[in-house]
Amino acid sequence: MTARPNEPERYYNYAYLDEQTKRMIRRAILKALAIPGYQAPFGSREMPVPYGWGTGGIQLTAAIIGPDDVYKCIDQGADDTTNAVSIRRFFAQVADVATTEETGEATIIQTRHRIPEKGLTEGQVLVFQVPQPEPLRGLEARETETRAMHAYEEYGLQYVSLYESVAAHGYIASTVGYPTMIEERYLMSPSPIPKFDNPKLGQNPAILLFGAGREKRIYAVPPYTNVRSLDFEDHPFETQTWEEDCALCGAQESYLDEVVLDDSGERMFVCSDSNFCAERRAAGHAGPMAGHQLAALDKEPA
Amino acid sequence: MAYVAVKGGERAITNAHRWLAEDRRGDVAIPEIETDQIREQLSLSVDRVMSEGSCYDRDLAALAVKQARGDLPEAIFLTRAYRTTLPRFGASLPVETGQMAVRRRISAAFKDIPGGQVLGPTFDYTHRLLDFTLAANGETSVDRALEAEEPQAYPMATIASVFAHEDLLEPDTQTDEAPAPFDLTREPMAFPAGRDQRLQALARGDEGFLLSLAYSSQRGWGSTHPLCAEIRLGEVAVEFIPDELGFAIEIGELTLTECQMISTYGGGVDTAPQFARGYGLTFGHCERKAMSMAIVDRALRDAAAGEASAPCQDEEFVLYHSDNVEASGFVQHLKLPHYVDFQADLQLIRRQRRDYAERAAAMKEAAE
Amino acid sequence: MDADVMTRPQAASGMTQAAPLLRVTDLTKSYGHVVGCRNVSFELRPGEVLGIVGESGSGKTTLLNAISGKLPPSAGKVEFDTSRFGLTDIYGLNEPDRRRMQREEWGFVHQNPRDGLRMRVSGGANVAEPLMNLGNRHYGQMRAATIEWLERVELDTRRIDDKPRNFSGGMQQRIQVARNLIHGPRLVFMDEPTGGLDVSVQARLLDLLRELVRDLGLAVIIVTHDMAVARLMADRLIVMKNGFVVETGLTDQVLDDPQHPYSQLLVSSVLQI
Ligand SMILES: Nc1ncnc2c1ncn2[C@@H]1O[C@H](COP(=O)(O)OP(=O)(O)OP(=O)(O)O)[C@@H](O)[C@H]1O
Ligand SMILES: [Mg+2]
Repeated sequence: MTARPNEPERYYNYAYLDEQTKRMIRRAILKALAIPGYQAPFGSREMPVPYGWGTGGIQLTAAIIGPDDVYKCIDQGADDTTNAVSIRRFFAQVADVATTEETGEATIIQTRHRIPEKGLTEGQVLVFQVPQPEPLRGLEARETETRAMHAYEEYGLQYVSLYESVAAHGYIASTVGYPTMIEERYLMSPSPIPKFDNPKLGQNPAILLFGAGREKRIYAVPPYTNVRSLDFEDHPFETQTWEEDCALCGAQESYLDEVVLDDSGERMFVCSDSNFCAERRAAGHAGPMAGHQLAALDKEPA
Repeated sequence: MAYVAVKGGERAITNAHRWLAEDRRGDVAIPEIETDQIREQLSLSVDRVMSEGSCYDRDLAALAVKQARGDLPEAIFLTRAYRTTLPRFGASLPVETGQMAVRRRISAAFKDIPGGQVLGPTFDYTHRLLDFTLAANGETSVDRALEAEEPQAYPMATIASVFAHEDLLEPDTQTDEAPAPFDLTREPMAFPAGRDQRLQALARGDEGFLLSLAYSSQRGWGSTHPLCAEIRLGEVAVEFIPDELGFAIEIGELTLTECQMISTYGGGVDTAPQFARGYGLTFGHCERKAMSMAIVDRALRDAAAGEASAPCQDEEFVLYHSDNVEASGFVQHLKLPHYVDFQADLQLIRRQRRDYAERAAAMKEAAE
Repeated sequence: MDADVMTRPQAASGMTQAAPLLRVTDLTKSYGHVVGCRNVSFELRPGEVLGIVGESGSGKTTLLNAISGKLPPSAGKVEFDTSRFGLTDIYGLNEPDRRRMQREEWGFVHQNPRDGLRMRVSGGANVAEPLMNLGNRHYGQMRAATIEWLERVELDTRRIDDKPRNFSGGMQQRIQVARNLIHGPRLVFMDEPTGGLDVSVQARLLDLLRELVRDLGLAVIIVTHDMAVARLMADRLIVMKNGFVVETGLTDQVLDDPQHPYSQLLVSSVLQI
């Protein structure tokens, strides 16, 4: 855990947003928790980072964070990707909060595109950055239409797209943002996480909050909620698997990133969850390329 | 050749910020530009930033232009991000553009209108020849504009009042008991959009996007054949009623550009044929924007009448895509890492290629 | 009991006492000053095919849309024998319930296939969608049912994954028919189902429709201005003019012995062709 930075001057309110705005966002969060999977509109504010950089997730975090929280931020599963670093810095600065890379230690984890490999626990909040909250948008462009589809629970169009996928490929060829059904009522986009992570959404002890700043929607999966990834009985949902193990820590059941080593086709596969990988290595696990320079780079150079 | 993995984000970011500052400054042998120079001499940039940034502050906008190295959408973004943190102490009374101290006012509908045509400061009849004297030493002599022979009428009659006695133009609907206007900076877009929401979205909308939409409508992608009834530029007073006083006091002055486009409306079962209008209003002098906005506003009114078919008439299409801060963010977020998604795509495409190869082989075998 | 039957509205038009599948009472729809349809009442029994005929602008489409829940009427009632609530005023149902009932128990074949098909989705998926709407989650079963239905409407099953725009107008209409029958609806609405088609294509499609309707024992309300279509398909006819029903009766009666002068004109105008 890093020490709290002690910024003498603050030009902005605690956690950047003014208290009125935080209250407005908290009301939307409560609404979202009360109707799991429903996209609650909210008065998203202009943030000091561009839309697409996590403005929804940042507003959620700003609305729930307090000085006693321990904050972790990942992008693509890793703590040291540029945007994760940038957002973590932001909250360390404006919320006077302790930050961590350890999944188990964090009270709030903000994420883009992944759910950590290590199981979450009660009391933790996972905040997702969401580019497009509407799971049906790719199939129907109009918000007025998709809102009606949710209201009337008319999800035929979604199944039609799965049906066509099976007809075309012999299997459901959706890989990220794989559509889910929440408590058998609302169709929900899990955000662009790989379908590998979908099984972690259901019956999760943590609170899962989703924020879409540009589209001005908040939705949620409360703890221990049923989440079903859509499929057919004869083409059941399946997740990604790799023939390779993590080159650094030898993990066999984590989501792997492919790292290009040279321009003649050499590749290595490493855990996308950098903290998971580092913890495993610290515990003595080693993969076939454990000595690679990437292993040394998980910790920020001073 | 071996690639170096891009990690170590914190240091990279700090270095990038330093480099950016250096680039912004440019050659240090050249004096640094001052924000009041921008405010005074790049005033149309400043006006656009204030308009689309929804914040009337010339100094702030000038600072944003400087910080953004002249990239106006970036400057608009900076202004918006600052604006959203400002406290609100209330809403002003509606400004009276009819009471405007007019500097420019033209109508394309009438040869002469009460108050007359006032050309004002416009590029309209300049010949677009680069003026190399501007480059010579940065100094220009300014001849004072000749005074108009007669003082301008004040207040100058609006186009609405010109039409009023004949009921030819749909009236301004003024409702005192109307609810507080929609505030797009505090509430999410909702459909169908009220006119207040629409006009706000258009006022904040990207000039280039609205310009192209307006152009498309004129070229036939939409059914509006608009006529520019009036454009006016000038200063209006802003009035505010403080709770503790209970009466209006003047708290400042704004420069505004207002445009009224009109087009014929054939009437309906309960309404006589009339001219319907499209409305455009901007901070500062943004004439291209005000005209585009007015045309698009008029085009969107067809949607309400169920006659929409062209992009510029489609409320959801126009309002959802007009904001350049939103658009620029979402387009540019593709620069952020997508390794996880890409890995999933790679897996899928490899699987599909394997399937394809197997099918092709099977077909070849069958053929032999 | 006889007396009881006599007071029921269908007794007046010589109907039996079978419970109605659909009951329309004093249905009126006006568009401002323009009359769409006015004071229309009738009943439909299970398995019955009702034709609505009349010249262009007489209010056929308006009536059909008002009955099928697409166009709220200005006055009057449309009651349907829903499987969940029994005989119910469909406009009294809340919207989710009404839409669910429409999905599950009805079909609607549009004159223009573009209005009834998802043009961006394959023909096969168009046909299978109603099954998914009913909760079928077995791809193989739905695929098999789709193929069976493509055969029933005499389409080449090898083209199951082609998009509708790659089919001819007649073929598109067959896809639409399959899509509207596959889920076993109890009532199907058809608005000029053969309207846009070439005469020879029309004849074959009509034959097909007639066989399907008979085999499935479907109740159908079909709008047409073509008396030949009416003769072929309908058990009973409603003749409309200026939004009013001017004559109603068994198809053969109306066509062979029209009572109202307007019906006589309609029928004779057909015979002249
Ligand atoms: N949306 C509408 N607004 C106003 N009037 C309408 C509307 N739709 C239909 N009408 C009018 O209602 C009357 C009945 O029209 P409708 O479309 O029901 O006739 P139709 O019998 O189906 O004609 P066709 O055989 O040409 O399809 C006509 O006078 C028509 O102009
Ligand atoms: Mg019709």
